[in-house]
Amino acid sequence: MTTDLTRATAAELADLLGAGATSSREVTQALLDRTAAVDGAVHSYLHVDADGALAAADDIDRRRAAGESLHALAGVPIAVKDVLTTRGLPTTCGSRILEGWVPPYDATLVTRLRAAGLPILGKTNMDEFAMGSSTEHSAYGPSRNPWDLERIPGGSGGGSSSVVASFQAPLAIGTDTGGSIRQPAAVTGTVGCKPTYGGVSRYGLVALASSLDQAGPCSRTVLDSALLHEVIGGHDPMDSTSIDAPVPPVVEAARRADVAGMRIGIVKELTGEGFQAGVQARFDEAVQHLVDAGAEVVEVSCPSFTYALAAYYLILPSEASSNLAKFDAMRYGLRVAPDGVDAPSAEQVMAATRDAGFGDEVKRRIILGTYALSSGYYDAYYGSAQKVRRLIADDFAKAFESADVLVSPTAPTTAFRLGDKLDDPMAMYLNDIATIPANLAGIPGLSVPSGLADEDGLPAGFQVLAPAMADDRLYSVGAALEARLTAVWGGPILGRAPELTEVSR
Amino acid sequence: MADLTRDDVAHLAGLARIDLSDAELDRMVGELGVILEAVATVQQAPIADVEPMSHPMPIVNVTRPDVVRPSLTPEEALAGAPEAEQQRFSVPRILDEE
Amino acid sequence: MTTTTAEPTLSFDDALAAYDPAMGLEVHVELGTNTKMFCGCPTEFGAEPNTQVCPVCLGLPGALPVVNEVAVESAIRIGLALNCSIAPWCRFARKNYFYPDMPKNFQTSQYDEPIAVDGYLDVELEDGSTYRVEIERAHMEEDTGKSLHVGGSTGRIHGATHSLVDYNRAGIPLIEIVTKPILGTRERAPEVAKAYVATLRDLLKALEVSDVKMEQGSMRCDVNLSLSPAGAGTLGTRTETKNVNSLRSVERAVRYEVGRHAAILAGGGSITQETRHWHEDTGITTSGRVKSDAEDYRYFPEPDLVPVAPSEEAIEALRATLPEPPAERRKRLQAEWGYGDLEMRDVMNAGLVDLIGATVAAGASPTAARKWWSGEIARRANGEGVDVPTYASRLGVTPAHVVELEGLVTAGRLNDSMARQAWEGVLDGEGTPTEVADARGLELVQDTGALEAAVDAVIAGNPDVADKIRDGKVQAVGALIGQVMREMKGQADAAAARQLILARLGQS
Repeated sequence: MTTDLTRATAAELADLLGAGATSSREVTQALLDRTAAVDGAVHSYLHVDADGALAAADDIDRRRAAGESLHALAGVPIAVKDVLTTRGLPTTCGSRILEGWVPPYDATLVTRLRAAGLPILGKTNMDEFAMGSSTEHSAYGPSRNPWDLERIPGGSGGGSSSVVASFQAPLAIGTDTGGSIRQPAAVTGTVGCKPTYGGVSRYGLVALASSLDQAGPCSRTVLDSALLHEVIGGHDPMDSTSIDAPVPPVVEAARRADVAGMRIGIVKELTGEGFQAGVQARFDEAVQHLVDAGAEVVEVSCPSFTYALAAYYLILPSEASSNLAKFDAMRYGLRVAPDGVDAPSAEQVMAATRDAGFGDEVKRRIILGTYALSSGYYDAYYGSAQKVRRLIADDFAKAFESADVLVSPTAPTTAFRLGDKLDDPMAMYLNDIATIPANLAGIPGLSVPSGLADEDGLPAGFQVLAPAMADDRLYSVGAALEARLTAVWGGPILGRAPELTEVSR
Repeated sequence: MADLTRDDVAHLAGLARIDLSDAELDRMVGELGVILEAVATVQQAPIADVEPMSHPMPIVNVTRPDVVRPSLTPEEALAGAPEAEQQRFSVPRILDEE
Repeated sequence: MTTTTAEPTLSFDDALAAYDPAMGLEVHVELGTNTKMFCGCPTEFGAEPNTQVCPVCLGLPGALPVVNEVAVESAIRIGLALNCSIAPWCRFARKNYFYPDMPKNFQTSQYDEPIAVDGYLDVELEDGSTYRVEIERAHMEEDTGKSLHVGGSTGRIHGATHSLVDYNRAGIPLIEIVTKPILGTRERAPEVAKAYVATLRDLLKALEVSDVKMEQGSMRCDVNLSLSPAGAGTLGTRTETKNVNSLRSVERAVRYEVGRHAAILAGGGSITQETRHWHEDTGITTSGRVKSDAEDYRYFPEPDLVPVAPSEEAIEALRATLPEPPAERRKRLQAEWGYGDLEMRDVMNAGLVDLIGATVAAGASPTAARKWWSGEIARRANGEGVDVPTYASRLGVTPAHVVELEGLVTAGRLNDSMARQAWEGVLDGEGTPTEVADARGLELVQDTGALEAAVDAVIAGNPDVADKIRDGKVQAVGALIGQVMREMKGQADAAAARQLILARLGQS
């Protein structure tokens, strides 16, 4: 066996497993070994479940040996962001307030992963309750970018991006409220997709902002994301906002990689000023590759996007302030008694626990959301933000009249250094400028590597957006671009990342 | 729009049940001021006569049949409880009835 | 802080001499659905603690609500029965506040988009007049868990060291029904309040949406009350008395608060806008939480639930399922059955309307139906502490038994006293009326020879009475009939005996 199992894509592993060329135990063990070797440096995981993953792998191997008909991805291991509930496995959301909490139930998408036979390797790191763009807001320390360990792996899903970028897992689950799948993918040279809102069940996804959150796939190739998207997507009666329709034909689209005749809309407001030169240059080249592949380019304008960041940072904190109220020390999680109070009341214990258990960014957003919803300010803040949200959805609808997909750089810059933006919340928020509009409108988006920026040699991302339930178009464009760029590069972009020195966990 | 004062932030922290320290309050007043100034720009958007959008997808009438599903066992329900007694969640004394 | 001593009150009459009361009633009804509002947990009353909970109703991280379709249908039917308009499109909203018995620290409710608005309920008062209570809204929401307070002296919250929470009740569907201000009721305010709650209870029962058991908390009433100077036509500061949980208490709480407000106002004081607690045992209210600016529920549309948008057709289909309003039904049945007002009220109070209706439908006369269901069986049911329908179903006694019993009388097999014996036998579990009559040998004697012999013997034994009858004093026949019946050991048809006596004495 000469293939490096940790470097193989999910699709390749599926083929090897199907052909009997390897076993799920062998693959799972190889990945666990890789984690033992490199995760001390990268810190992708909050929790590794070696025993559970190997048991699931053995089960699949046994069933395969017995001739059972299995899902194509059966036996291919996966990492799951720690914001999804996993029965019997700790789920902390990167917060102290949930330290040690073991959910009594699986998220619907976790149920689907288990049903398809994907061994769950562990739970990945994230900014606390998915609030952040760097994982620096994780209560358990940041994850690091495999391209440069002094840099951020993006956020909030920096654990999931770095876990695939550092070859600890071929697949991971991320969640995206304002870019938390796509921006980490962009800065780590990986692929990530935020499906149409309602395309993947949110049942068991610990809510940050209910009307914006969406779980999706993270991987190193477009096809792998499509394969995972198909496993986790589809209607769930446990989620009232779940769309009752079949998953769009994402795998077929990824395999065909056909953009001939497709109208690619460049969003005027999401290019040029504010975007790092090297990021913009890779974006422009990528557009040219798509034209070479037969696509047509149009320019579209979405004037309301100017207000998207402001609307987002009102809607998200408002919903979050309510969603996070349940963390109150009464039923689960941390319970802290206030200092110097005899026989404290429930109210005092709640307030002390929430002060001790939440980090600064979480507290900041809860207070902001509390303000935006409070009596006398609702109309000016939350109400106005919801109207802007409508304008943004209308802008998208209009743009999709003249374009089949819209494109932009995923993030304005390549990965910044850890600590660079930690003390400047607004600067941190600006990382999401290009990804936020899709969440506000509920439409799907995908980030695929566009190359390395000239000035720092770090990966940049190319974002594709499509109308609701046209997720397949993302994969057509992503796969077409990936094929051309891989040919130009002479191999996957991650092949150009530095070798990680082994620092065990 | 009036600027947020330290008292305002303290009041909001009370509503949100977060016992912020004095140092946290001081820091947050400044940070929230900057953020609020930025987010207040939503009021400058052309939003007169625009219908607010609370849900991204226009789905309505999602219900489930009135059929019993299995509950958790009391052991599962109470497994995460900081304290439990008599198969109930034990919580500190409550100040007043709602 | 809670005080337990009574405050000064003015007498009800003195209070009304100076002030006009205005009321607002908020009634919470627990729906009788199989499952909770937003999850599939059962809703059995009295289950072991925390056995009817799941990630959704425990507010576990990640769980999501899905609306119970029967709860929405019930809400719409309640709205229609209260003559409300049904919203063509409405949303749920989150009401944010922290409390340990509320798992998510927000209640999923409805705020400015209730499912039903602008209705009314006509309420009949003791004197037969009708008062129309205007309905502001009816909306859907969820119940909270229940706390057990430990370490205090009396199980009360005050002085407790800690509390134990059971979330079985959390998430049970509630409909909150809110009246518009009830004005101009003057001295009838307590009566109107009670009659409103009673009428609403009957209506909800007829709709079969709730068991409306106030003593189990499945129907709970909050009473808002304010006073304004008599004739001023203004609204004063109100208090909200929570959890007034019996019809009698509704009346008493209104009366008490009128007197308490009046005493404060008459003394030159002002009313504090606050929540009051009702004490069933002492019949007083005590101060609860002061409503302050701190109470800011930060309502916003619930993003985890999609809007409810019932179509015209769906609403009309539900309207077609509405039962006849209880008041109208009562009037109709009274006319159909030919009962007097008093008889009808007794039948209502005894909860016999449905049973009598079924018995009449099965073929009995209304008179017989009322007679058999309200006599001996009522006495026995009362002794068991249950109502007649419950008792009858426990015994397996049905309308068909009454029909059969009446048939035996009409056919001339049993007289009244025999029928009573047969009915007792049925209640004793000896079988159907016919079986009891057979077993006990209850049968009017049809042998005219025996009757003639008895009549002749009695006439011979009472020559004086016989002469009177011969002379035309026909009313004296009763004494002879009694003797004939005794002679026949009750097994004779009294009417036939009368006829024969009169014939023998030349009076027919």
